[in-house]
Amino acid sequence: MMDATGKTVEVPTLPAERSIDAYRQMVRIRLFEDQVNELYKRGIMPGLAHLYSGEEAIAVGICEALNREDYITSTHRGHGHCLAKGAEPDLMFAELLGKEAGYCRGKGGSMHIADPATGNLGANAIVGGSFGIATGAAFASKQLKNGRVAVCFFGEGALGQGLFYEELNLAQLWKLPVIYVCENNLYNEYTHFSEATAGDICARATAFAVQAETVDGQSVETVYATAKRLIDRARRGEGPAFLLCNTYRYTGHHVGDINREYYRPKQEELEWKTKRDPILLQGAKLIEQGIADQAALDGIQAEALIEMKAAVEFAVAAPYPGPEEVEMHVYA
Amino acid sequence: MPEAPMRELTFAQAVREALAEEMRRDERVCILGEDVAEAGTPFKVLSGLVEEFGTSRVIDTPISEAGFTGVAVGAAMTGLRPVVDIMFGDFLTLTMDQMVHQAAKVHYMSGGKWKVPMVLRTTLGATRRSAAQHSQSLQAWFSHVPGLKVVIPSTPADAKGLLKTAIRDDNPVVFFEDKMMHHKLKGPVPAGEYTIPFGVADIKRVGEDISLVATSSMVQIALGAAEMLASIGISAEVVDPRTLWPLDEKTMIESVKKTSRAIVLDEGYGRYGVTAELAAVIAEGAFYSLDGPVLRMGAMHVPIPFSPPLEDLTVVTSKDVFEAARKLCGKG
Repeated sequence: MMDATGKTVEVPTLPAERSIDAYRQMVRIRLFEDQVNELYKRGIMPGLAHLYSGEEAIAVGICEALNREDYITSTHRGHGHCLAKGAEPDLMFAELLGKEAGYCRGKGGSMHIADPATGNLGANAIVGGSFGIATGAAFASKQLKNGRVAVCFFGEGALGQGLFYEELNLAQLWKLPVIYVCENNLYNEYTHFSEATAGDICARATAFAVQAETVDGQSVETVYATAKRLIDRARRGEGPAFLLCNTYRYTGHHVGDINREYYRPKQEELEWKTKRDPILLQGAKLIEQGIADQAALDGIQAEALIEMKAAVEFAVAAPYPGPEEVEMHVYA
Repeated sequence: MPEAPMRELTFAQAVREALAEEMRRDERVCILGEDVAEAGTPFKVLSGLVEEFGTSRVIDTPISEAGFTGVAVGAAMTGLRPVVDIMFGDFLTLTMDQMVHQAAKVHYMSGGKWKVPMVLRTTLGATRRSAAQHSQSLQAWFSHVPGLKVVIPSTPADAKGLLKTAIRDDNPVVFFEDKMMHHKLKGPVPAGEYTIPFGVADIKRVGEDISLVATSSMVQIALGAAEMLASIGISAEVVDPRTLWPLDEKTMIESVKKTSRAIVLDEGYGRYGVTAELAAVIAEGAFYSLDGPVLRMGAMHVPIPFSPPLEDLTVVTSKDVFEAARKLCGKG
């Protein structure tokens, strides 16, 4: 493949074994979110949750290209990022239910899962709230020369926040190893992105001379291949990148956003779910390439369902934190 | 404070010495801010540091307060101990999301897993003829936020010892320096290594009849008033909390129990301000010892005007305190 300057570049591809892993990870995320929706409907989950269903190929494709000690920052729609970076579903469900066994001892909840063991700097409930943290982690990596890369996941709704442009400027000035991954799921909450976004999205990054690329966010292998190239480049000290991933949010803004016709037609949802589904697409590819057959894929689905159900059971049975927890961890 | 040979240093020299010592001791400490390197800040507080530590540790940033404060939060989480320089305290408003939602909450939201060991140094104080956007004293805003520590020294010796403690603290610390003191206030500073713990008030002058509880710039105002009061036979005690959070409630309350009268002074706005909190602490803790109401004296509740005779009206003077104290002591 040739890059924009006409230079031949190697296209990284997932080996067969890892393309099944990528499939499995996407299935796990989908089934995790299905369970979240069930918990909400059963009235067991306090508060709300924002589901990642439909966008799985982005988190999985990016995280397949990262090392465990690399950093990510996540968003209010962050379950997929956390799982793809290596979080355990049982501890995540426990967090969603406010239990002491949760990743944040129940004090963060769905929108704040953080896990140093997997380089997860935390999900952020302020839209665009992580731009600084991710850029700062990349700054520390460069200062400490530890070779780590930071990935900042955010939705296209965060493009309206001024902090993004301050951080793009800093990251490019200082050649920081950070990748800004914009997940354009078409909707800023209940508003189509075209009503909130002037001009060309990638031009916002290229204005700072930050390398910007656009990919089909429904193809896990495409996301992986592009991300791998940008991450390797950042790791070599060649600076930040902006990756625009076009995708779709299958469900509402949050689990309670059921009646959506006033802002998007059902037909649109149906088309994405049937024609552009990242799991169906990857499954078909695995079969076509002879890497897996339908029975193997069904097996992966069944295994993941058992895992998620057991994780929910663990979380439901887990105890709440005691009252002494409320004043713990205000200060280190 | 240890018994050590003393030297006379300005407030700015004491701050610079604390930074230099900590940067020599710990290579993770770095400084980020506007014109902090060769310029040594517009206040010339940091002059000479870049010559010793280089531009990789004394780092000039673009004019992007939110941007570089956010970088410091992420860098602090991932292995550095950044000291951010916000030139005028007024510009703190630009850092609010990074300090209030990110720095202050990361430790708690992550169930104690991530830490944010950063210091934000900034200024307070009017009478520099800088008008409404360069003259405010916003320490109350940050004292309101769980997860932040707030330090507000009044002397060169306190500034040095408290700043060294701030840099070694594992929490985000906001450190307020009165910009009018930087070069005008000189004082004895011990020659050797020392730190001053947070949450320990200092009695700057011992007295019997009234307690003047004062912060930062107001300590000198209170000492001036105490001198005037002595000439009419009133013995005033001057108590400096030194840190607004953690707050040494005990020393203030004990002082007022002894004197039975109190005036609280802080250069921030009186309404809903630091003085309101300190007065409430005294009223709750020493109510039955009080011979009169606890008075609050702070900046007038107006945007700071430019015109010198108007600006001077907004700030409490020693004469104002003297008059108020005299009345409170029944000698008006």
